[in-house]
Amino acid sequence: MTRPPADIAVVAFAQTPCRPRTGDVSEAEMLLPALRAVLDATGLRTGDLGFVCSGSSDYLAGRAFSFTLTLDAVGAWPPVPESHVEMDGAWALYEAWVRLLTGEADTALVHAHGMSSAGTVRDVLSRTLDPYTLAPLWPDAVALAALQAQALIDAGRTDEKDLAAVAHRNRTAAASNPHAQLRGPRPQGDYVVQPLRTGDCPPVGDGAAAVVLATGDTARRLCDHPAWIRGIDHRIEPHAPGLRDLTASPSTRLAAENAGAFDAPVDLAELHAPFTAQEVVLRTALDLGDDVTVNPSGGALAANPLMATGLIRIGEAAARIHRGEAHRALAHATSGPCLQHNLVAVLEGDRP
Amino acid sequence: MTKEPVAVTGIGQTRHAAARRDVSLPGLVREAARRALDDAGLDWPDVEAVVLGKAPDFFEGVMTPELCLADALGATGKPVLRVHTAGSVGGSTALVAASLVAARVHRTVLTVAYEKQSESNAMWALSLPVPFQPPLLAGAGGFFAPHVRAYIRRSGAPADTGALVAHKDRRNALLNPFAHLHEHDLTLEKVRSSPMLWDPIRYSETCPSSDGACAMVLTDRAGAARAPRPPAWLHGGAMRSEPTLFPGKYFVSPRAGRDCATDVYRQAGVTDPRHDIDVAELYVPFSWYEPMWLENLGFAEEGQGWRLTASGATALDGDLPVNPSGGVLSTNPIGASGMLRFAEAALQVRGLAGDHQVPGARRALGHAYGGGSQFFAMWLVGAEPPAT
Repeated sequence: MTRPPADIAVVAFAQTPCRPRTGDVSEAEMLLPALRAVLDATGLRTGDLGFVCSGSSDYLAGRAFSFTLTLDAVGAWPPVPESHVEMDGAWALYEAWVRLLTGEADTALVHAHGMSSAGTVRDVLSRTLDPYTLAPLWPDAVALAALQAQALIDAGRTDEKDLAAVAHRNRTAAASNPHAQLRGPRPQGDYVVQPLRTGDCPPVGDGAAAVVLATGDTARRLCDHPAWIRGIDHRIEPHAPGLRDLTASPSTRLAAENAGAFDAPVDLAELHAPFTAQEVVLRTALDLGDDVTVNPSGGALAANPLMATGLIRIGEAAARIHRGEAHRALAHATSGPCLQHNLVAVLEGDRP
Repeated sequence: MTKEPVAVTGIGQTRHAAARRDVSLPGLVREAARRALDDAGLDWPDVEAVVLGKAPDFFEGVMTPELCLADALGATGKPVLRVHTAGSVGGSTALVAASLVAARVHRTVLTVAYEKQSESNAMWALSLPVPFQPPLLAGAGGFFAPHVRAYIRRSGAPADTGALVAHKDRRNALLNPFAHLHEHDLTLEKVRSSPMLWDPIRYSETCPSSDGACAMVLTDRAGAARAPRPPAWLHGGAMRSEPTLFPGKYFVSPRAGRDCATDVYRQAGVTDPRHDIDVAELYVPFSWYEPMWLENLGFAEEGQGWRLTASGATALDGDLPVNPSGGVLSTNPIGASGMLRFAEAALQVRGLAGDHQVPGARRALGHAYGGGSQFFAMWLVGAEPPAT
């Protein structure tokens, strides 16, 4: 059962601009403007929050317990009911949603940050792989994504021209997104790992995002047009790429079914597809036709602050509902090599 | 709509050791998970979701390990969450799993926490490198020793209080076949004369580094009714966090710990913890933290916790047994240490704690803390379902 009996909505969203390098600020300093923005938008203070939950990764920060410092940005005094997932912030939002469902809180702050630029992100992500059979080979994130892209091409589902069109469409959309890192089309460039070219890959960048969730009448009080979470679910697949059909995403499909994504048509989708070929896989898994606007923000191909990118997809979808630009939106987040773990949320505005 | 009551129907833990070279990471978590499922009379398909916890990924050198452990935990096609709240993580992980049941998102959830400390050196992994802190501190003991000294100065506690705690917990561990340390010939005198590591914390007053995992099956009322053995019922659970360092921070008795306990007691209807709680499993990685937490959690007035320890009240045959399992001082796979406290509390009220069973335990507190005494997670479990 993944349909909420209670009404829970995204009532505020903010993000920092995604920058290729942020050596001038700490993680807490990078996060602070996003936190400040959502608290100001809702008029809430830290002490009013029923729950706080965050997502981040020590491996990106290069130090253990890195998330502890973000409590300085939250201003967790007096102490706050708080938790943290070592995952993308979309999963922190999921944990907060569950907490609100229990009735123990009626507001929650969710935040996430990632400083991808601090290390060599391709190598760092290879440490997510099975330490006995895969990681010793150091397959990097681009190489694994290239295997997936080649499998799609071999299956006749796409070609390099189609992939270039995906890149072009996302980055063209990003031109109107002040937070994106690549604002406007880029040349496809040379192969990074065949068949993926520079243009098929996300930029490396640093950024942070924050969301406020609220229940029922509290949500209506804090926001003129709450983005109600009609359903949210996430599912994982086997780890070894060889155990999976890389041209399909059954976990995305299952999460979407459980979240009620197919109960009614969506008019907008924000997909967490760092590599062009992954958008092709996700569109199929989610039955997204040409009538659905996909990634008007530019998506992960325009800005990819790891551990925040998924939360930003939910935030971007919610923000369009807040502004009346969308009524029913699907937001997707992913984790792991070749879309191993996927989350789908369905957001809806009130009928005008 | 009221919350669904949450029951603990399955508990499993691994054999703990300084190095479990006989198992891989998947083998380690699966050993605990399989035992929890067996205890609950369930099998992998009965689990709807998995909530995994551990301390920093650097300890084993595997980033986001839920990805490569999904198969071993039977999680394919299911939701998996990975919690990380420093040393409190084992407790937080259990609470996140409990909220999935309480919110009626899932009916039966498997929660697992682990650490395989032999993959690295936790002593140095816990010593943050420059530039993040000055190169003055070595290991967690280096961080906590000054706070212990502050406690001694403020409370006037006798110098041997810590040794009493260490001796008691290590003796309790002899009754627990799963404990890492079984020091059959340990005497109080040996604790008192063990090498000084971080004044006033001696070698025998310090937690070991362990490989190990703990798992629990949490389920709803219907699941509890089908369980083959008596369940433990969740009566209250809470988490609280405060920043690491700030002017006015009270390391001896952090406000986050007090607030967290207050919240749990309110949910559970506890008005006098000393009277209302039969047994407590507290996260005591360094001996002196027993009296410090007894005060922080309201079992003793401020400055008086050491008297409870000295009186023998916290011994297995005392009126408030603390750490009958042997505690963190005897077994410390960091990411699982909090869940082991929660699990021992549940074992006690289920009457399944074996030789370290506290007779007639009806209500038990499980406690975990982490970071710079800043993250707290606690639950109170009972033998009877909560009144709803």
